[in-house]
Amino acid sequence: MSQRTRLLADYDPQGFYCELLGAPEECGRSNSRQASSIGTIIGRLDRLNLKTLRRRARDAERELFNLGITFTVYSESQSIDRILPFDVLPRILSAEDWRTVETGVKQRIAALNLFLHDIYHGQKALKDGVVPRELVLGNENFRPEMVGVDLPGGTYVHIGGIDIVRDVDGRFKVLEDNARTPSGVSYVLENRQLMLRTFPDLVDRVALRRVNDYGLRLHQALAEVAPDGAGGEACVVLLSPGIFNSAYFEHVFLAREMGIPLVEGRDLFVEEDRVFMKTVTGPQRVDVIYRRISDAFLDPDVFNPKSVLGVRGLMRAYARGNVTLANAVGTGVADDKAVYAYMPRLIRYFLDEEPILDNVDTHICAEPEGLAYTLDHLKDLVVKPVGESGGYGVLIGPRAKAADIVKRRRELKADPANYIAQPMVRLSVCPTLTAEGIEARHVDLRPYAVTGRDTWVLPGGLTRVALTKGSLVVNSSQGGGSKDTWVLEK
Amino acid sequence: MKNNLLARFAENIFWLARYMERAENLARILEVTGAHSRDDQGHQDWTAILEMNADMERFREHHRRVTVRSAARFYVLDQDNPTSIVFAVMMARENARSVRHLISTEMWTQINMLHARLKELGGRDIVPTRLAGLCGDIKEACQAHTGITEGTLYQDEGWSFYWMGKAIERADQTSRLVDIGHRRATLSGHAFDSLALESHWTVMLHSAAGYQAFCRTHRVRMHPSEVLDFLLLGRRFPRSIATCLDEAHAFMARLRDLHGVDVERAGLPLLDGLKARLIATRLEDVVNGGLHDFIDDVQRQLTAFTSELARSVFGHDF
Repeated sequence: MSQRTRLLADYDPQGFYCELLGAPEECGRSNSRQASSIGTIIGRLDRLNLKTLRRRARDAERELFNLGITFTVYSESQSIDRILPFDVLPRILSAEDWRTVETGVKQRIAALNLFLHDIYHGQKALKDGVVPRELVLGNENFRPEMVGVDLPGGTYVHIGGIDIVRDVDGRFKVLEDNARTPSGVSYVLENRQLMLRTFPDLVDRVALRRVNDYGLRLHQALAEVAPDGAGGEACVVLLSPGIFNSAYFEHVFLAREMGIPLVEGRDLFVEEDRVFMKTVTGPQRVDVIYRRISDAFLDPDVFNPKSVLGVRGLMRAYARGNVTLANAVGTGVADDKAVYAYMPRLIRYFLDEEPILDNVDTHICAEPEGLAYTLDHLKDLVVKPVGESGGYGVLIGPRAKAADIVKRRRELKADPANYIAQPMVRLSVCPTLTAEGIEARHVDLRPYAVTGRDTWVLPGGLTRVALTKGSLVVNSSQGGGSKDTWVLEK
Repeated sequence: MKNNLLARFAENIFWLARYMERAENLARILEVTGAHSRDDQGHQDWTAILEMNADMERFREHHRRVTVRSAARFYVLDQDNPTSIVFAVMMARENARSVRHLISTEMWTQINMLHARLKELGGRDIVPTRLAGLCGDIKEACQAHTGITEGTLYQDEGWSFYWMGKAIERADQTSRLVDIGHRRATLSGHAFDSLALESHWTVMLHSAAGYQAFCRTHRVRMHPSEVLDFLLLGRRFPRSIATCLDEAHAFMARLRDLHGVDVERAGLPLLDGLKARLIATRLEDVVNGGLHDFIDDVQRQLTAFTSELARSVFGHDF
């Protein structure tokens, strides 16, 4: 035995489910997990020393910065490029775990698409009382313009990102559906690239599922849902708000991976209900638009009249079926946190199947019993406003100050429909390189599903990590970072 | 599938090339001026550059005296000065950012790193003893950019717009150099001392990276009209205006023949007209009077060409 200190010698998952070592009771013991590829990788990690690891982490960060893999923060005419902090210790999913996630995500996407088609057509689910009418029709993301509009393949959510966490018993649970413009997939691909360059020794002869065909799959899926008249090869473009958008890097990345033009609203125009882009040889017809701007800015004739990001007349061309938008207009209803609560029921209703991935238990404060339960158990619950994203406005009961609980109680009584409540999930952890050494930090997972005629799920997804000790907030806007996510072949 | 180049991207690539070329030229001018302006007349050389770029007024807002330090600060570090090196590289990077999915990763990474490095520079880096070295490094980084582009950029429409932008900017920069040289000669108290004049022409040739090529093909004593002829019409000299116009013409023709761009509308006749004018001009005459107006006219024609391109190809007129 070597006398050197092993990397993971002092690592303590603190009673949480560990993405590397498994359930708390298994940690540190030899088990089936350690006899597999995961065991091989753990062994290799263990033999690295902290100094080497820190040096490699610095190299990786510098490379990210040089490559300009950054999100941009603009303030007072100064642009500041920041990299999403990257942790070099990977998160590893077994083939078996991945099968659960993959089939569960596909099932969820199928239900989301059927639900969205239904609310813009027969509204059967509303008539049958599966979801409250007002929750859908009164939702600010419901678009009356979409009623009766038929979409190729019935696909609304072409790119879906399902946020999943793992509880202390190792079970996956869905935290949120992102059916509008889920971002972050570029980090998944770039993180992998970076890991393969920085840690070639770690993955040597270990079979990992590849992620680098994402662009190809996405391009194929988007071409599959082109309007009927598009003919042989559909012209697909990516519509971005432009270089001032914080996700501009991702737009560039995806356009490059697909080999398609990255356009802005000012590059497009609509004539006779058809969309064209301005090229150096004149107008060229556009069939499919992967848009990374929200509904409200798409078409000043229909939505926000002040928007300069969109294209005048686009909605008319869309309604006529002359252009496909991905994701479809009006999908925001489905990633509403209040609608989320009904997803298990919608899966049973539309697919006649049991959900493969559970929701985190959710109390709907719009419902009297949900509100009563929430008010009675505020100290134990996480209470979220349904309209916010990025982790804002969330009250974490067990950690909140008394005054904040009093305030939230008042808000709940005043506007119960604006809130849902969930028990505090004891999120799984992953060994992470910190200033103190290797420590347990909480993680979540966002797999990406691409749907044309069928659904394909990118093996792995974005693992976000809360870099602050004890924190459960993994959002990049609140100091989260990311990790490479490895799915083992077998 | 064929995706035609978006008009806006053609413009971004064109300007990416121009700004990088501009940074290189400026770095070379500062390097040469820094090295040749150590005598008591030195400030006149900087004054000539400031006047040439029509920068004197903006310069006076922040600096009282024209010195190596103040001029270097203005032309290297000042991010708000649209004629500074850091500004040119910033603009090149912004243009590159817009077409990042069309250019090679190696091109982007190098520009991104150069930009990050320039933003880090401070007063310590531009002290007179370091200025020439720094400018040399920047010049080399710009040349590395050109080399990376040559070796990695996919040769589609964007490629033609890139090299056309470079050729146009080079023509423009060479015309400016000639003007600067002329002004220096005029500002110099020894304007009619032929040796002093000759040193001005020498600096001018160095600033255009053409000194050695000139010496290989010309006699020892420098006749102004010969230097002018070399910089304006010199065949085989990559920065002569005529060579640059020939190149620009070739890229326009390529855009027409391979990619179906309507270049007759887009100013090709303007380019060809300018070339014909150059050839027809008797340089002996303009040296003895009217050089500034002549150069001014060349620059106006180049600007007219760019406007025509913007109007008819870059979509300003769609």
